[in-house]
Parts: sequence; structure tokens; C-alpha cells
Amino acid sequence: MPYPQELKDYIKQVESTRPERVERKRRGEEFASLSLDGREERLKSYHPDYKDDALRDIRVGVSKGYGISPEIVDTLEARSRIDPDRIEFDEVDHEADVLVIGGGGAGGAAALMAAKQGAKVIIATKLRLGDANTMMAEGGIQAASKIHSDSPYWHYLDVMGGGHFTNDPDLVKTLVSQAPKVMSWLEGLGAMFSKDPDGSLRTMHGGGTSRKRMHYAGDITGAEIMRTIRDEIRNHPERIEILEFSPAVELILDENGVASGAVLYNLDTREYVIVRAKAVVMATGGSGRLHMRGFMTTNHYGATGDGLVMAYHAGVPLVFLHSVQYHPTGIVFPEQAEGLLITEKFRGAGANVVNVDGEQFVYEREPRDVEAASIIRECSDDMHKGVPTPTGKVGVWLDSPMLEMLHGPGYVRKEFPGKYILFRRYNIDVAKEPMLIYPTLHYQNGGVEFKPDGATVLDGMYAAGEVSGGVHGENRLMGNSLLDVTVFGRLAGESAAEYASKRDLPSGMNLDHLRKYHEELDKTGIETERVAPVILPDYTNPDVKERQVVIAP
Amino acid sequence: MVSQTIPVEVISEKSGGSAEVTLVPIHVMGRRYMVPSDLTIMKAMEYAGYQFTRGCGCRGGICGACGTVYRLPDSHRVEVALACQEIVKPDMFLSQLPFFPQNKAVYCIEELDVDEGTLAALYPEIFKCIGCGTCTRSCPQDIEVMDYMAAAIRGDIARVAELSFDCVMCGLCIARCPAEEAQPLVAILARRIYGSHIAPRAQHLQERVQQIDDGRFEDDLNELMKKDLVELKELYVGREKEPDMPDPNWRPTDSSYL
Repeated sequence: MPYPQELKDYIKQVESTRPERVERKRRGEEFASLSLDGREERLKSYHPDYKDDALRDIRVGVSKGYGISPEIVDTLEARSRIDPDRIEFDEVDHEADVLVIGGGGAGGAAALMAAKQGAKVIIATKLRLGDANTMMAEGGIQAASKIHSDSPYWHYLDVMGGGHFTNDPDLVKTLVSQAPKVMSWLEGLGAMFSKDPDGSLRTMHGGGTSRKRMHYAGDITGAEIMRTIRDEIRNHPERIEILEFSPAVELILDENGVASGAVLYNLDTREYVIVRAKAVVMATGGSGRLHMRGFMTTNHYGATGDGLVMAYHAGVPLVFLHSVQYHPTGIVFPEQAEGLLITEKFRGAGANVVNVDGEQFVYEREPRDVEAASIIRECSDDMHKGVPTPTGKVGVWLDSPMLEMLHGPGYVRKEFPGKYILFRRYNIDVAKEPMLIYPTLHYQNGGVEFKPDGATVLDGMYAAGEVSGGVHGENRLMGNSLLDVTVFGRLAGESAAEYASKRDLPSGMNLDHLRKYHEELDKTGIETERVAPVILPDYTNPDVKERQVVIAP
Repeated sequence: MVSQTIPVEVISEKSGGSAEVTLVPIHVMGRRYMVPSDLTIMKAMEYAGYQFTRGCGCRGGICGACGTVYRLPDSHRVEVALACQEIVKPDMFLSQLPFFPQNKAVYCIEELDVDEGTLAALYPEIFKCIGCGTCTRSCPQDIEVMDYMAAAIRGDIARVAELSFDCVMCGLCIARCPAEEAQPLVAILARRIYGSHIAPRAQHLQERVQQIDDGRFEDDLNELMKKDLVELKELYVGREKEPDMPDPNWRPTDSSYL
């Protein structure tokens, strides 16, 4: 779907202001960024998290009374997907020192490090190994690797400011101190980061960074990291067993209440599978496919927040789930690509965000929540400066062609091959025409509470990656999620292996915590047919569902 | 296989109020469904009533889960697509290929002896390549697969890495290769060798890791962690920002904490 004439006419406005905007950029003159008070005001007025009905209190469990997204509360106030009375523990299907739940960046890093410590590892994942938000992360990975212009000190300040100073300082310290080590680890595994001829890593800015510390591999950084980690996992078949299409549905505890494995679900045969393990790493990722507030999402198909539910059933508190990250730049046209991510790297390279009149209305590198709120404001009835699409949506322009003027012809195609190919399928050349964007549901800022070594209040269970909360406070900066998954994935894997090495094979495996949870639901008077974890979103045509017949009940 | 031309029916209906939807027929593994003409193959299958467990991953064209083959009635060609990316075509006959067997070589990347024979030592079958180009024609990412296989045979690892960089490992080339190659596995081996053995290592990164191991930033960070909110905000607002335009020689005026 090339841009129709009506949009081409709007693009002329962008073109008319472009030369002047490029000149200003060359002179080093930037659109004024908001003050801290200005940011707060902008968020309160326009960010979806701040709407009156954005949050609902959880009525059961260890974080009872905590207000978070209603869509997540629904999964926490649902009944378990399994009936504890129907699960038998006489026969254990798989046995491991460390069970890693989730096959994305965090789970993959955890599996590799646990195996390196000598543990026998099982990695159980809902879809294929590597089907994860890590694979889709485009822009980059932050690390203060430049010794003459940057350090973990400045990285720390940027992370805290981006998270509105709510982040857990211990977690942030770990994140920024481990970052260069993780880059070195990935380099050693052979991840092809973009480099200068002398081997120096190329870096750029991201929203909210004071120094250029975003490392990248083209515009498919996450895919490059994920496929490298996946390939490395498959180099250790003697230590790491991979169970694909096997989502975990509940944790198993032992007689002392220590995490001791999980009940998995075979998506092909639809039977349950018992894994006994001496330690568990929870690395299930995010929850964009719950479509908070009806937003489209950039997340992969399996991102349904299952780990939150499993951990919560077993008594692990949830933190920072009151804030959800909307990525400022999701595709809003063409419709087939709606909701897909446009990497922040475009803005990192200097691309302006402009309204229907071709005017800048926000500095392009505000922290993500502030940038998103500013775009929502521009398109709101208060401003009326959005660009209407033929599909009845509204968006603003991300001016990619100005990058060709700033950095030379061919820059967009060379630096953004992924997006260039994607838009070319729709006969849109993003080196010549800007992209129409609107905020899209992107990242679960919060999750299960955990410590820098991955430990949680539940003995034997470690957490890492998007399922966890605290690293990013109320708002994550670009390039810190790939960093988060690798840093804390590795640490959780090491800790879990060590824990497992000191523990006997669990006995007295049970699901009593589910019985208690169900009792509490009953006592609270919550009656529902809903079950959780969700496992997969259902996009089946409702008319067809209405007519479906179950063959073998 | 169907080779006769089937007349394309186009039905219009009102949906969701004002928008007019054009429905076109597609054939999923031989069964015919009427679907909106502007949907991707993936969304069209969901419209038809499928709920995916296999053959669906990122839904954004990067994970390679949804490789699909199809034929159109007026052509003998086998076409390929990622189901999440390609718009349906009237009367396409399609099947997803969510999985295709492939045998990965197991290696220790750090300890590989790297020379022009490394790829062939781990994947000797690369010499069976007959240069037919079916792989290149089967690539939904428009990668010159045959060219990188030729480079692999020559032992030009850097070239394989460069040409294959956009590979999503969907496996369609593997499925269609008459020489039974597993091209994406050769490619990722080449990329990993390139990244770890051929491209120069980042010296500044090694130095920084050493500084961290020596505890150079411990005191600075501990000091920051003790700051109250007001002090922290002040430091944050006062950060010196590296300018946008590229300048590798830029140095902050305040070089403390580096």
C-alpha cells in the first residue's frame, strides 16, 4: 500500500520545513527539551497510565491492594489453568538441576551461564527457542564502553532520570557495571556489532542518554543477539535440553515451599508434563499481547505475562506494574504493519518528529513516556495537529528522509535495512518519504520483585528480564532492555546453578499454593470462568468461534 | 497441485459500519476461504478461523517462524513469503512450513581454528551445492543465498557474514534445496566466526572491563546511590550532553567520573 494521494499531500508540508530543520540540526540547535516539571505535567495530562481508570487494585495475594493495569489484574484474579487435584507427581517426565522458563534473551543467557557452572539445564519455552521480544528489539544495547567520554556513573544517572528516580539503586548499579562485561561476552560469542575498521564499537544516542552509548548491529540488534545466543545454546546438547512449544503453566513447590520445578503444557498434544528441578529461573518476558487499554503492541505472539501469574500464585510480590511503556513510534499506516515498532535509532540519528503542518512539537529524544505522551497530545482534540490516515487513525510523521541530508545519501538503507525492506514491501521508500507513527504498547516496566543476583522471596526461584521489575523504575530507556536481559539473565543463571549445587533432589512436590490461592479467590467472592496464565492471545474470527464444535471434549 | 485457472470472485460487504471490505478467495492447504483482500496471510488465516500454535512468532518479519510457500493459478512458480508480512493474493494456494529438519554442527566458537576450510570442515555438504539458485529465489528476505554459499565454498567467511546478515532463518531455502544444504546454519557459523575471530576486537571495551574489574567506579557509584532525590535530580539536569553530530574526538569538559 503506497501512500495514497491525501497522505502524499500532507508529506509536502514535511518537505517544506525540512531544509530549515536540517540546517538547525547542523548548527547544533535542538528543539528545547522539557524540564523535569514539564515532563511530569505532560505525563499527567496525556500518558495512558495516568488516566482515571488506568489502574485497578489486585484483590488477592501478596500484593493485594496494589493498583496495576486491569488486564493484568484479570489474569491474577483468574483461576489456575490446571486443577491441582488432577496432576500426578508419581512420574516425573524431565529432571534437571536448573529449569529455565522462557527461551528469550534472559532465559538463553541464564541457560548458558548455568550450564557453564556445570548444571544440567532444561530450557522450556512456549514457542520456539528465540521467539521472544529480544528477537524484535531493534535499536541497540547500552553500555558505557567509551573510556574517554562515558562511564557507568553517567549511565547510572541516565537510567535513574529516565525512570523518574524510582528505580531500585542496587539493580541499576548492577546493570551499568555489568554492561561492558556483557558486551565483551557477546563480542566473544561472535555477535556482529557495527564497528569501525579498527574494531571500535559504533555508538549513538537514544532517548534520555547524555552520552552516545547505544551499540547496535544494523537495525536488528536484538535478532543478532538472540540468534547468536540460540546458536550457542545448541552447541551444548549434553548440558542443555530444549523443550519447545512447552509453556510452563504453574510452578511446583516441595514440602518446604521451595521452588522445585514446573508443570508444562505440550502445545501439540495438549497434555501436561512434569519437570523436577533444584532451581528455577523465571524468564517469561512481557505481556503486550494482553493489549492493555486496547492498544496495539510491538510484542511477539507469546507475550502474555504468564510468569507474573505463576510467580504470584507462589507468593512473589509484583512491583512497578503500575507503569506500562508505550513506544512513541509504532507504525500507524499502512494498516498491515500497524503497531509494529519503528526503532528509536531513527531519532537517535537525528530524525525529527513533526505534526500535520510539518512543525516540530517535541524534542525527538525525550524519555519514551514523555515522547509518547507528547505525540498523543499533538493528535488529541486539544491540539488537532495529527495526520488523519485513510483507515480512520491519526498519527504524526517521523522524518526519516532528513537523515539522508544529515548523513549522506544511502544512509537510511544502510543503517536501517530491516525497516527499509519492510516498507519497500508496501512500495514506500523511507529514504524519500517519512513514516506515519503513533505510540504502541511496548514494554512491561515492572514485574516480579527480585535482587541483583536474581533471587526472589521464593526460595529456589530466580527472575530475569522483562518479567521482573525495579531495574527501570517507571520508565525504561531505549537500549536498556537488551542489556537487562543479558546482565540479569546471566546472573540469575549463575545463582540458580549455585543454589542447585547445594540442594538434594526435591521431595514432596506439590501444588498446595494453588489450592490456597483458589481458596482466597473464593473467600474474596471472586467468581470467574477466566483461567490463567493466558499462554496465547486469541485472534480467531469471533464469527468462526461461535460455530466451532469440540470434537473430543 | 492445481494448475487450472479459477475465476476470482470478489465480494464486497459492509463491516464495522462504514468501511467496505473486499473479500477474495485463498486456499489454505487446499481449503478455500473468503478473506479481506488487504490482510496479511497470517491475519487472513486467523480471519478464516485458525488459532496458531506453530507458524507464528514475532508477527513483525524478523523471527522466521512463519515461512510460507504458495502458487498462483496462472504461473508454474513456487512463491515464498513470511505469512506475517505478505498480503494475500486472490486464489493463492498456500501452505506454511513452520519447521524443517536440519542438523546443526556442534562447535566451540572460541577454540575453532579459523581458515578458509573451517566452514567446510563443519558442513562438508557445502561442496554438494550445484549453484542452481533455488535458495536465492526461495528467500523472503531477498538475500543472495546462492552467492553466500559460493563464498562459503571459497572459504570467504567475511563475505558469507556480510551477505547473510538479514537472514531470519525461516528455513525456506533449506526446504527447497536440491542439494540438501542447510544454508542458514552455514551462515550463522560464518557470522559468529566473523564477529569473534575476524573483525578486530574493541580495545576500548577490554580496557573498560578491566577498569570495572579493578573497582574503578565502585566509589563513584556508591556515592551516587546515597544521594537524596534533590541532589540526584540536580546532577541529572546538569549532565553534559554529547552532541548529535558525529565527532569521535568529543570529550566532556568535566572529565571526572570517567
